[in-house]
Amino acid sequence: MAWSIRKPLALASLGVAAVLAGCEDPPIDSQQRGYRGVALEQNYNPEDFAKLIEQNQVPEPGTPAPEGGQKASEVYQNVEVLGHLNQAQFTRLMNAITQWVSPDQGCAYCHELSKGFAYDDVYTKKVSRYMLRMTMDINENWEKHVQNTENKTGVTCYTCHRGNNLPKNVWWKNADDPQNATGMMAGWTPDGQNGPNMKTVYTSLPGNPFERYLLGEGDLTQMIGVQGNQALPDPQSTDSIQATEATYGFMMHQSDSLGVNCTYCHNSRAWGNWEQSPPQRVTAWHGQRMTRAINNDYIVPTTDLLPAKRLGPKGDAPKANCATCHNGVYKPLFGANMVKDYPSLDPNMSREEAAELREKLGPDHGANYGMPPRIGSENAEPAVDNRF
Amino acid sequence: MPEYQNIFTRVEVQGPGEAGLALPPGGTGRRFGTPMHNSLLGRIGHSQIGPIYLGWYGVASIICGFIAIEIIGLNMWASVGWDPIQFVRQGPWLALEPPPPEYGLSLPPLNQGGWWLMAGFFLTAAILLWWVRTYRRALQLGMGTHVAWAFASAIWLYLVLGLIRPVMMGSWAEAVPFGIFPHLDWTAAFSIRYGNLFYNPFHMLSIVFLYGSTLLFAMHGATILATSRYGGERESEQITDRGTASERAALFWRWTMGFNATMESIHRWAWWFAVLTPLTGGIGILLTGTVVDNWYLWGVKHGLAPVYPDVFPGMTEMSNPALSGGDMSGGAATAQ
Repeated sequence: MAWSIRKPLALASLGVAAVLAGCEDPPIDSQQRGYRGVALEQNYNPEDFAKLIEQNQVPEPGTPAPEGGQKASEVYQNVEVLGHLNQAQFTRLMNAITQWVSPDQGCAYCHELSKGFAYDDVYTKKVSRYMLRMTMDINENWEKHVQNTENKTGVTCYTCHRGNNLPKNVWWKNADDPQNATGMMAGWTPDGQNGPNMKTVYTSLPGNPFERYLLGEGDLTQMIGVQGNQALPDPQSTDSIQATEATYGFMMHQSDSLGVNCTYCHNSRAWGNWEQSPPQRVTAWHGQRMTRAINNDYIVPTTDLLPAKRLGPKGDAPKANCATCHNGVYKPLFGANMVKDYPSLDPNMSREEAAELREKLGPDHGANYGMPPRIGSENAEPAVDNRF
Repeated sequence: MPEYQNIFTRVEVQGPGEAGLALPPGGTGRRFGTPMHNSLLGRIGHSQIGPIYLGWYGVASIICGFIAIEIIGLNMWASVGWDPIQFVRQGPWLALEPPPPEYGLSLPPLNQGGWWLMAGFFLTAAILLWWVRTYRRALQLGMGTHVAWAFASAIWLYLVLGLIRPVMMGSWAEAVPFGIFPHLDWTAAFSIRYGNLFYNPFHMLSIVFLYGSTLLFAMHGATILATSRYGGERESEQITDRGTASERAALFWRWTMGFNATMESIHRWAWWFAVLTPLTGGIGILLTGTVVDNWYLWGVKHGLAPVYPDVFPGMTEMSNPALSGGDMSGGAATAQ
């Protein structure tokens, strides 16, 4: 009678193996970031993390340009955005941008070489002016998101482009919507939900969080916040479960873009409560507003300049979300400061300050930040831990 | 290995089909089909299939259920453009959604929740008719109506989720979508919207009864199987004439945990735990949004939610950047 137990046992083991095949290899490292017992922790797969570190190395910066000399606007024609730099600074930055954005096409990506560098009728050149202004605006006015530590990390073109003409993570309207059933008798999928959708990390949540939150003018605080501020019902409240699902979908995107759990920014027992939230939530709050502002102010205006191949199914420009800069890392490039090497991109940073930062941080601090997270500290000190 | 320690049922009786009690004269329904035996089925249950009694309630229930499933399934299929491959591939993601909040309790257009209302109506009708069937069949067989009332407890939770609470909230949008992942996403969103359902005492009770049910189920099943070599499966007789199996089982639990149920009371324990799971759960859902809007804050108010040491010293309620008008600041107003 031995076979009668072995056969089902073998079948059961096969079943278990098949189910487990979908899991990541152990071990998963977890780092405690809040008081014990409240599940404030981050989970990492060390192998994936090592890959992330490899993928997020910063290119070698060029030697700093000397001060003085003629201004770029005096030497070259049609220098609208960077005319205040001197000639050496200007050409150094142009070379860097070529490396960052069009390493394959070189200068020809933005310049019609047969007609000279000053020639303006190239769409990439026109768009790059928007992009430069955007980068400078982010560094100048969104310090609460990009420079809220003493290391003054900031952003450069490389933060998003990483050697690609178009950053790898961008979004278009309705690009991944389930079949649109408008005008049909049945098959309604409100808000682009109920289809496998990477924007919300394969949930069935409303599928267009970026259109809702990262574009246009709505009151983000009101749109994202769905929990009541009092124990008992507020008859004025209009926050629906649908609105909650939309917020949830957007949060899934943020979590996925940063490669973190929900608890990176929230104590999950009270999502809306600021007192118990890790301080990263404040940074994220500004990031949401920053991303919407750059989409509205710098990216949407480029729509008319772009060729058809860059436009989405609804004819819109490729826009930014959290993943555009973060690329799966809680701080883009693990917090490596590239602005110190290219202070021309940060109107707030003097050349002296940049030199001090270079001195202080050393050449490879980004990679240092990328060391696997420490584990097991009794009460983690997230507020002072630079990486979290 | 002893034969009774087996995953599958070892004793399988196959003989002439058991026709069951005669139906009372004058009844409208009838049984149909010749009984047959299936030995694979016999490994997990009884090997006999049929004869089947449906009656008018059963037929009406199945028709209503079929209509509901058709409405749900065809809407899902339509949502992938009638592509059969995508219907299967995306199956777990697809859904039939309730109307959006702006319609309240009014009748929405068919393709904006109207289908949902219709599917809900037919599904509810199917379930209630099936309940009548379980009740009437029990009476017919001279049984108690325990199964029907246990089923009614589950129906209570279903009605709270899809009918009673949405009506009290004044919006069909509060109800659950039909769909595999979508109803799970709804569950998570429901807890988030109402400030963490884990601080809802009735949710707590429901969890206790749910986990308690599985524990009791495991304890009881294990006890009976473990004493079946002494005839432990003859539980009903052992209620009054306990015998060695029952005594050993009782002694086992007294030795291991100091207390034991009896052959009768264990079934009352199990029935009540099972029935109380959706009963308390339904009360918890019914209070959510109607009586309590934020269960976490309710828990704080009533000393239920513990206060943990402050690990994020800089963070206070004033850390909300929206309070300092931060929503308006930051970023150049216009670029060009």
